[in-house]
Amino acid sequence: MGLNKDSMGMNAVDMGLVIKKAHDSDRVIALGGNPNVGKSTVFNELTGLRQHTGNWPGKTVTNAQGNCTYKNTGYVIVDLPGCYSLMAHSTEEEVARDFICFGRADAVVIVCDATCLERSLNLVLQTMEITRNVVVCVNLIDEAKKKKIKIDLQAISEKLGVPVIGTAARSKKGLDDLMDAVSLTIQDGGRRPLKIRYPEYIETGISKIEPLIKETCDCVVDSRWLSLMLLHWDRDMHSFIGRNIEESFFTNKNIVQALSEIKNEFTSRGITERQIQDDIVSAIVHTAEDICKDTISFENKNYKNKDSKIDRILTGKWTAFPIMILALLGVFWLTITGANYPSQVISDFLFWIEAQLLVFFGWMNAPQFLTEMLILGVYRVLAWVVSVMLPPMAIFFPLFTLLEDVGFLPRVAFNLDKCFKKCCACGKQALTMCMGFGCNAAGIIGCRIIDSPRERLIAIITNNFVPCNGRFPTLIAIISMFFVGSAIGGGASVLSAVLLTAVIVLGIFMTFVASKLLSKTILKGVPSSFTLELPPYRKPQIGKVIIRSIFDRTLFVLGRAIAVAAPAGLVIWLMANVHIGDMTLLAHCSGFLDPFARLIGLDGVILFAFILGFPANEIVIPIIIMAYMAKGSILELDNLSVLKQLLVDNGWTPITAISVMLFSLMHWPCSTALLTIKKETQSLKWTVVSMLVPTVIGIGTCFVFTTVARLIGGIKIL
Amino acid sequence: MRSVEKLSGLNQGKRALVIDIYSNDSMRRRLQDLGLIKGTEVSCVQKSPMGDPVAYLIRGAVIALRHEDSSCVQIECCEV
Repeated sequence: MGLNKDSMGMNAVDMGLVIKKAHDSDRVIALGGNPNVGKSTVFNELTGLRQHTGNWPGKTVTNAQGNCTYKNTGYVIVDLPGCYSLMAHSTEEEVARDFICFGRADAVVIVCDATCLERSLNLVLQTMEITRNVVVCVNLIDEAKKKKIKIDLQAISEKLGVPVIGTAARSKKGLDDLMDAVSLTIQDGGRRPLKIRYPEYIETGISKIEPLIKETCDCVVDSRWLSLMLLHWDRDMHSFIGRNIEESFFTNKNIVQALSEIKNEFTSRGITERQIQDDIVSAIVHTAEDICKDTISFENKNYKNKDSKIDRILTGKWTAFPIMILALLGVFWLTITGANYPSQVISDFLFWIEAQLLVFFGWMNAPQFLTEMLILGVYRVLAWVVSVMLPPMAIFFPLFTLLEDVGFLPRVAFNLDKCFKKCCACGKQALTMCMGFGCNAAGIIGCRIIDSPRERLIAIITNNFVPCNGRFPTLIAIISMFFVGSAIGGGASVLSAVLLTAVIVLGIFMTFVASKLLSKTILKGVPSSFTLELPPYRKPQIGKVIIRSIFDRTLFVLGRAIAVAAPAGLVIWLMANVHIGDMTLLAHCSGFLDPFARLIGLDGVILFAFILGFPANEIVIPIIIMAYMAKGSILELDNLSVLKQLLVDNGWTPITAISVMLFSLMHWPCSTALLTIKKETQSLKWTVVSMLVPTVIGIGTCFVFTTVARLIGGIKIL
Repeated sequence: MRSVEKLSGLNQGKRALVIDIYSNDSMRRRLQDLGLIKGTEVSCVQKSPMGDPVAYLIRGAVIALRHEDSSCVQIECCEV
């Protein structure tokens, strides 16, 4: 759930990368590394920013940048998405690769996982081929210590020829050393980083091409590296390097000729493209192996045992699914139980203020219509949004972040992958759905972790079936009013949690149905290959999680909801008070929608509220309440039972309640989500599809449900 | 006894050495980036509840692969 104020809502829309220097003298540092090694944590600690962190690979999908000053020098730090290599071809990895290769950074810091250093070194070695100014940051050094992994940083540094610094970014250890090493590296560029030795035939090829490249252009990139790339050239590499280097380079006669000569020779010796690639990769992997051989020792060979014990339970044949359901249930139960009390307190407080405001306006002799417009229109909707929405959000966000921090989400993806495969989709879709719980726009951006464009589109289009934070409280409110009202005490919140879980499971089920439907119709295809890393479990930082979730996420989401709610309150009030003929504008609109809305178990007012809720789903329920109250029955709405009475007086039955929940789960994505889809897919067609799929399915489901329920109800009465 | 098998046939808890990868280009490269090359030791650590995918320990990291992908990796079982 890559969620904070920078990753949710409109800020989620990626605007591309423009380096923002505070001063011209600022140095640019690129922060690269494998996925899930704590890059974002290092970034946050260095810049003081709050880029979202979480224990799963791929949560940083765009470049983030921040500034910091260290010993009187300004730095711009760019947090790149995680990647395993600079030769791979996935969308998010391209972002990182482009920047390391052509971003003209003054230094590149490669963050490594101390518990998995050998693999991280692959990327370090590849980066060192491109630029000399590399600093290796061995992060999570505290975790390695706990697992009794001994690492001789000094020896590794000597072997690599670049500084190697151990850090524990979560507890802010070693970061000063890191910055010292960075500034030293930038000052004297005269290091001699280790060069990888490739098999003889490749070295010969390089020695023929490299001088020609040096002659032709003074490009930013290393000529030896560019030669190597030319030798195992393919179409993707061309489009990648071609974007950044002048076209004249590729048509240069000498280079083209030399290259074809070398390739002919390779062919005559029976060396295939595949072998070249294999040999290059092997050389890198073996170099990393060599470096680690006598610098890292595992004193406890069974350091993975604890994790695999937990895995055996969380992903076990009989335990995996019950535990996932229980986890959902637990989170919802805590949310509902915890939200009840503060919700009441906040609502009492806000309506007390309303009373004071009324008195104040009266004392000011404000005109009647102004008083009503501002207080009964704008303020009341605001008060409802805050009191109904804030408490569940403030509890749900940190709880979910804890699950994320521990490393539970990749296990969910692991457990569910087979279902996704059956729908011809990608298991990583489960991760994007989890993000959708927080904010669908963030979930849609997160779909970048899916490599196959077809599967990525499926994940984007179906993300809306997971109710976001803005829709949760709506569901919770309806469940508590209509289905658990009679239950007492602790039983009530358990029952609410069970029902809410059932709704969510239905949403997940619909995701599978829609994914399958898409794979069989407009997005035909077979499931593609993918790899999913299951990171080690980590102890969550509870205090930090709670503070960050509340300040970064909850307040942000609330702010957005309020920004939408205030004008919406005004609109509703005006519509309820402006008369055309003998009816209000609101009555006209809802009357117009009413016949259709009745077919799907709603009424005109509800459907109208969903339409007005297009900018933010949080305001749907408050608008419904406002609209009903404007019809005349003005009440003191100080608790849910009064509210229920209002709804029942306006013709709500349990069928209406269920239909509203179904429709809330399945209708058009909010405006922000749609904008994000447009931006991510670069296509109006897919944006429209993303809007139609959940809407049509939602209307269909509501229609079938209502019709069947009414028939059964009819039979009962007979 | 040494025998050539597919990675997908490796039982939970068993180790093996990679002989070759026959996947399509992009998957091959992806696996290579994870350090899975000829001679790399892999072990099967955990099957998912529905039997697919399966998680393997590759150079200190746990990586889940689908059956289709793991059956493209040829291995040589290590003696127990």
